[in-house]
Amino acid sequence: MTTKNVNVKIDELKTNNSLIKNLQVSIGKVVNENYTEPMGPTPMPSMSTLRDWDMKLLNRYKPFYMPDCDLCCLCTFGKCDLTAGKRGACGIDIGAQSSRIVLLACCIGAATHTAHSRHMIHHLIEKYGRRFPLDIGGLNIKVEAPITRLVTGIKPETLGDLDEVLEYAEKEITQCLAVAHTGQEGNNLDFESKAFHAGMIDHIGMEVGDIAQVSTLGFPKAEPEAPLVSLGIGSVDLSKPVIMAIGHNVIPSIGIIDYAKDHKVDDKIEVVGLCCTAHDITRYYNRGRIIGPISWQLRFVRGGFADVVVLDEQCVRTDIFDEAQKVHAPVIAASEKNCMGFKNRTDDPADEIVSDLVSGKVPGVLILDPEKVGEVAVRVAQQVAPIRKKMKNLPSIDEIKQIAKTCRQCNMCRRSCPQDLKLPQAIKAAAEGNMVPLTDLYEYCIGCGRCEEACPVKMNVHSFIVKAGEQFMLAENNYCRVGRGAVQDVEIRNVGSPIVLGEIPGILAVVGCSNYPKGGKDVYDICREFASRRYIVVVSGCSAMTAGSYRNSEGKTLYEEFPGGFEAGGVLNVGSCVANSHIAGAAIKVANIFAKRNLRGNYEEIADYIYNRLGAVGLAWGAYSQKAAAIAAGFWRLGVPVLVGPHGVKYRRMLLGREDKPEDWEVYDARTGNKVNVGPAPEHLFQTVETPQEAMVSIAKLCIRPNDTWKGRSIKLSHYVDLHKRYYGCMPQDLHLFVRTMADVPMTLKDEFSKILEAHEWKETVIPDPTLLPRMIRKMKG
Amino acid sequence: MSCEPWQCAEIAATRKANPINKPEIVVAMIKKATRPLLIVGSYATERWMEGKELIDYLIDFANASKVPVVATAHMVGEFLKRGYQPAGFMSAMDIGNRIVDPKWKGLDGKGPYDLVMLVGLPYYMEELMLSGFMHFAPDQKTMTLDNLYHPHASWSFPNATLEEWAANLKVITSKFEGGQ
Repeated sequence: MTTKNVNVKIDELKTNNSLIKNLQVSIGKVVNENYTEPMGPTPMPSMSTLRDWDMKLLNRYKPFYMPDCDLCCLCTFGKCDLTAGKRGACGIDIGAQSSRIVLLACCIGAATHTAHSRHMIHHLIEKYGRRFPLDIGGLNIKVEAPITRLVTGIKPETLGDLDEVLEYAEKEITQCLAVAHTGQEGNNLDFESKAFHAGMIDHIGMEVGDIAQVSTLGFPKAEPEAPLVSLGIGSVDLSKPVIMAIGHNVIPSIGIIDYAKDHKVDDKIEVVGLCCTAHDITRYYNRGRIIGPISWQLRFVRGGFADVVVLDEQCVRTDIFDEAQKVHAPVIAASEKNCMGFKNRTDDPADEIVSDLVSGKVPGVLILDPEKVGEVAVRVAQQVAPIRKKMKNLPSIDEIKQIAKTCRQCNMCRRSCPQDLKLPQAIKAAAEGNMVPLTDLYEYCIGCGRCEEACPVKMNVHSFIVKAGEQFMLAENNYCRVGRGAVQDVEIRNVGSPIVLGEIPGILAVVGCSNYPKGGKDVYDICREFASRRYIVVVSGCSAMTAGSYRNSEGKTLYEEFPGGFEAGGVLNVGSCVANSHIAGAAIKVANIFAKRNLRGNYEEIADYIYNRLGAVGLAWGAYSQKAAAIAAGFWRLGVPVLVGPHGVKYRRMLLGREDKPEDWEVYDARTGNKVNVGPAPEHLFQTVETPQEAMVSIAKLCIRPNDTWKGRSIKLSHYVDLHKRYYGCMPQDLHLFVRTMADVPMTLKDEFSKILEAHEWKETVIPDPTLLPRMIRKMKG
Repeated sequence: MSCEPWQCAEIAATRKANPINKPEIVVAMIKKATRPLLIVGSYATERWMEGKELIDYLIDFANASKVPVVATAHMVGEFLKRGYQPAGFMSAMDIGNRIVDPKWKGLDGKGPYDLVMLVGLPYYMEELMLSGFMHFAPDQKTMTLDNLYHPHASWSFPNATLEEWAANLKVITSKFEGGQ
């Protein structure tokens, strides 16, 4: 699309009538424009460009704050007490401070994804060149980078084009981060608007990273039938040397796999991954294995399965080196962002590094060259495996019984446990020889290890749980579908109409981390419920792994039971964290491909379309990270509501609508310019739900959109009522807010609806062509 | 019994709930209030005391005291199964958001509540909701009926055993006309 930094230098040029000396021409950018779509109103928006749009949403979905801290301690005036309306030395109040913390979280998340992509682009350009063409789906995908096109107005065609996109993202993240400095923004909603901006930029960062790696590394290119891959430690051949990669950036793992293949030892070692790097290993390498979500790091390192631990970036436990040392597993840190205190051995000969790690002279090294990581990891794993013999750091059952007798029953383990697990009771039972209560905790423990930190007698409580549940751990052998990447244009065309008209009741994106309140089964149950109801279910990251970790009554995992296409009843794994961009991308493509709305630099119109017409909901049941906050913020700005599980309350502010305030729910009818009350659709933009039952009812309700046809609304209400009756034991009491004409009422529920409608003196209204943007009104009122 | 936050890292900063050293304090607070409200969370069916679920103690209390109940999450179904009709049901976030709105007229349209009690929500969720009330509805009196100390409430029981909790709830119920 563009060529940057063209330099022409002429030392001396003689012609018949002239002499030119020392001429130097430097051109910052040569535009080779073949993107014919007209530019929209907001290419490369700054922080304030989309502020009006944000305020439309924020005035409808006002923040509900639950501060996690009463103080501000970010400058030396502080600590300042902001309790109950007090202002700090800088003048800030607790509302603005709370939103400021949200902004900071979103900036951290956006910076993390963008820095990940920056590393990837830098590496891939070095390896493949700036002109390497982007291809994320061959002929099946013409809109290769919907978020990038929408936000920046750039249609990237080569790796080099992505460089420019990232420059924009990096600039905006810096601007947003600057806002959090003392004495900048002071208004809570302006902080929120900037958090939305950081979220939007985060989506760009993710998109750039994933389309770059899909284009260059041979990942599945938007394949609905991407292969199934083994999931769980039970799928790993533990007789072989095992290299375990932890993190999100697959480049070092590519080095490992390539080295193993080149030296024809790929069938002699196991390359496995934890968290998103596992997804990307399996997108690259059909012998790769996914071990599990990020929260299981302690479990697998203490279990002794890894002969070498390779760390890249993001969500890596900062004490994982100490843990690996206890099982004599050498550690290779492979990211500048996560050096672990190791000596940088990047420029040392591989033979020396291998020798040092195998002999135990050094327990870990920093290597920033992925090819050298590959060589060292493979050679060390092969040499170390016979020595360490899968050495564990888990107590025996007899040891547990003995150590458990030293428990003081002080409750500190339980009081430190995020899940409030009944650890003292389980330890007491273990001391009496009964391991069942400890074993029962295996499914629910998220592996944070806080219990051990709190224990006054230094009992390895987490290890007790892992040992007690060892037979379950070793039996974990399920299936995940390899991350497919983007959604094809043709898939969008096929489902665009039924989604927008409401006949496919919704798109449910189950994404994010594994801080689950009661184990992962809830994720599986929710996905299965909605796939069975013929919603489109999209999954990614740790949630995609968890979704594949359970089986139905016929012994099939979710990915075996449901197709992998973007279709009614499909369950799609798009891939790793950065592949979340394809979920937002699919929503954008519905507006572009199906509805033929211009994408280019046209953010407000597309977001308005998605918000009013696309019944999409995100669920991050175990969200814990700042990246998850940023991803959510990107969806908020697009008008897609996001639910989080109970731990998500610790994001400390919700964006909630008020169904009891009818004045909040007016939209313009683009046909007439009239204002029409469309009810609370969707009711919330960001909400914590307490139980999986509540999540399911809320998902069905949040898929309702003003644009639904009567048929679509009827289908959506059927699901909402059915789930409500099943889990709440009664009819919903707010149905009058969602019925516009009697045709909206499901045929089989007419009597039950009628009672509720009569009780609320319901009146028929119109189904508008809904928009929040006055400029979208086609016929202005006289 | 200690007045330390149940979850170790949940440290109150500037204010700390008054301890409810005896259940009669709860009774006095409720009787003094003109419009009390009880918010019941999803742990109501996950806590067992003396062979009874927490929700059963709460139904006894609500029947005796006539305090209206808002059920969060899917708890409405559990109340209905037991023959009790709560005054309302909505998500914990929704009721929290309404409590901090001084213009909210309550479930019955008759005005705001002058005493909000919470019980049976996940500890961290209840704690953060109470923080929201403390900051954004500073005049709102709040009280938790849990057996775990919540520093952000106006009034909280100290950390207590299940047996002590059951005993406290029974005493509270017995002090109302319908609970004797």
